[in-house]
Amino acid sequence: MLFQLNNENLGYKQSTVLHNISLSIAKGERVALVGESGAGKSTLLSALQTRFKDKAALIPQDVGLVRNLSVFHNIYMGRLNAHGAGYNLLNLAWPQKREVDQIKPLVEQLGLADKLFKVAGELSGGQQQRTAVCRALYQGGSAVIGDEPVSAVDSHMASTIMKALNTEFDTVVLALHDVDLALKFSSRIIGIKAGAISFDQPTDELSRQDLDFLYEG
Amino acid sequence: MSKLLSIPDALLNRPQNSSMVGTSFMFVCVALVCLYLADISISTYDPWLEIHRMMLGVITPDFFAIDAIGSALVKTVAFALVGVSLGAVSGFFLAQVYHLRTVRLACSLVRSVHELFWALIFLQMLGLTPLTGILAIALPYAGICAKVYSETFEEAEASALQAVPLGSGIVSTFFYARLPEVWVHIVNYTGYRFECGLRSSAVLGFVGLPTLGFYLESAFNEGNYSEVSALLITFYVLIATIRYWLRLKFLGVYLIAAPFLLGGGADIKLGNVMRFLTVDIVPAPLRGSDLLDASNWMKFFSWAQNMLTDQALPGIIATIVLTQIALVGTAFLSLAFFPLISEKFLGKYGRMVGHLFLVIVRSTPEFILAYVFLHLWGPSMLPAIIALSLHNGAIIGHLMGRYSNEIRLRPDHANGVNLYGYEIVPRLYGQFLAFLFYRWEVIMRETAILGILGIATLGFYVDSALADIRLDRAMFLIAITALLNVGIDSLSRHIRQRLRLSRTVQNHSRVSTQADGK
Repeated sequence: MLFQLNNENLGYKQSTVLHNISLSIAKGERVALVGESGAGKSTLLSALQTRFKDKAALIPQDVGLVRNLSVFHNIYMGRLNAHGAGYNLLNLAWPQKREVDQIKPLVEQLGLADKLFKVAGELSGGQQQRTAVCRALYQGGSAVIGDEPVSAVDSHMASTIMKALNTEFDTVVLALHDVDLALKFSSRIIGIKAGAISFDQPTDELSRQDLDFLYEG
Repeated sequence: MSKLLSIPDALLNRPQNSSMVGTSFMFVCVALVCLYLADISISTYDPWLEIHRMMLGVITPDFFAIDAIGSALVKTVAFALVGVSLGAVSGFFLAQVYHLRTVRLACSLVRSVHELFWALIFLQMLGLTPLTGILAIALPYAGICAKVYSETFEEAEASALQAVPLGSGIVSTFFYARLPEVWVHIVNYTGYRFECGLRSSAVLGFVGLPTLGFYLESAFNEGNYSEVSALLITFYVLIATIRYWLRLKFLGVYLIAAPFLLGGGADIKLGNVMRFLTVDIVPAPLRGSDLLDASNWMKFFSWAQNMLTDQALPGIIATIVLTQIALVGTAFLSLAFFPLISEKFLGKYGRMVGHLFLVIVRSTPEFILAYVFLHLWGPSMLPAIIALSLHNGAIIGHLMGRYSNEIRLRPDHANGVNLYGYEIVPRLYGQFLAFLFYRWEVIMRETAILGILGIATLGFYVDSALADIRLDRAMFLIAITALLNVGIDSLSRHIRQRLRLSRTVQNHSRVSTQADGK
């Protein structure tokens, strides 16, 4: 098992949001978490994100960009651990051609080519989200954990991003508020309702109606 | 119900900000009692004659004393540059370990001692050398910068940290995910500190370093008021144009050049330094005596007791009396000054004059203002009260004026006095008190140091002890002064928290950097 939680209570300092959660995700699975906002998706994901930081690239809900650095540097941060501090500082002061050449195709893929050296804080929400996705793609590895990575982009871009993530990573765990995207791009869907896992099934056994149930009163 | 009983009801129904009003009222009462205790006489024979001569000097500035002016300004800038840079860089590193209690304590102690006291200490230790001036600025500034930088880091957005891959190393993580978030704020704040550093550097001249104060004092003593006004005018121009000549990209060149412009001085003798640290500052009864002998400690305690009752206590009382009067003076002047630059009260040209006035008053160090007034009125608390109130009133008035411009009023608002009393002042009042309590400690630090000019605050006793070459006594009194400052600082924090002004104060450093660092 790649990720595993055994009968755990998850939440923040004072309050437990999710009770007695058991969950295992195997290598190669494409998991979508769906459910109303406030149901506990983010709680579950941030638990996974902190627990398995060494095994997966992350796309946090608040995108986690450094607002005063360029898109290029923000993306480069995905592989800070691949270089020594000296090289990282050199690249900070003076973007290295080698790194720019590697990052360029990524931003082109997600339509950010003209923003490469713009400061991240000045981008729109959707552009920031795409930057965070690029960072995860650049970081690479076998798995990605993302909290609503396509919430601020249009449906066409959302498909592009989902495809890119599924191509780059073996294992994909994403919280999604768009049920259709979940049905289209995942192999397993976990429904969360009122602080508990309400169902956990392979996608081909589920229909839209099954998912709509999550959003009813 | 009788009328007598209805009064408490009315008091209970007062709006929530009554605790602010109550606190203000209490401070005014304390200041009135202090004013009764204070000596505010004018002792000069004919103050008007001197004022007349000074005014004549103001309108006939002598810019041809160019040698003195040039040298004074270059040295003032050089000391400020080297001192503030050293302080800021050390402060930056200290900020990274500011969570350690010892570091926090050390920083609060070094910043509670005024630059001039540090200069007096280093003069004894190192002699009249450039290093004395540099350390006198760098040390307290390191303490202040460490505190502000660490607060900046604490408040900074840190969400990027969770996205940094494991194993990125501290250095890379710091430079990519932490520093960029705070960089702009740190640069702005350091710029503001540099402006303060120029004032500190100028004042160091009064203890003999070759900066503006030195030339100012000698011009004053010769009664050459035309040179005085030329020196001050160029200093104002220097401060007003700071944003044009102080650029991050020029800083490297300045810093390479500055050490060569500080001028030479006596050689530092290691023997002197060691003697200062191991002999001079040790309280006399303990000096070179057997520390295991209880009778020596008895002598020390009686020495300390005498110091406390004969010097420290009167010094503390005078310092507190003067501080409380100056604090309330500052309050009244801020309330009077802020309309001068407020769009709500004055037109464009009126505000220009207001700005010029406030810039001049807040650019002149309170020490120099006090020195001028002392010349006019002789040694009493009056010159110090006026100097401190004017300078700090101009600073707070400036900040309040800026805030008042941001207030949105309904279209049919009142005008003039009614606007002032009903709309603007009530809305600014929390901010105003926050600024004031924040300045409290600064005013006390300055009050203590004004003793050097002959007003009987703690600085007076320090200065006398130094004149008698009793360094143990001087250090003892400086330590008392530092403790008093630390005490006022925590009292002020307590009051701000009780009045729930703490949030506005956090914003204060931001606004003041924008306002003064511009």
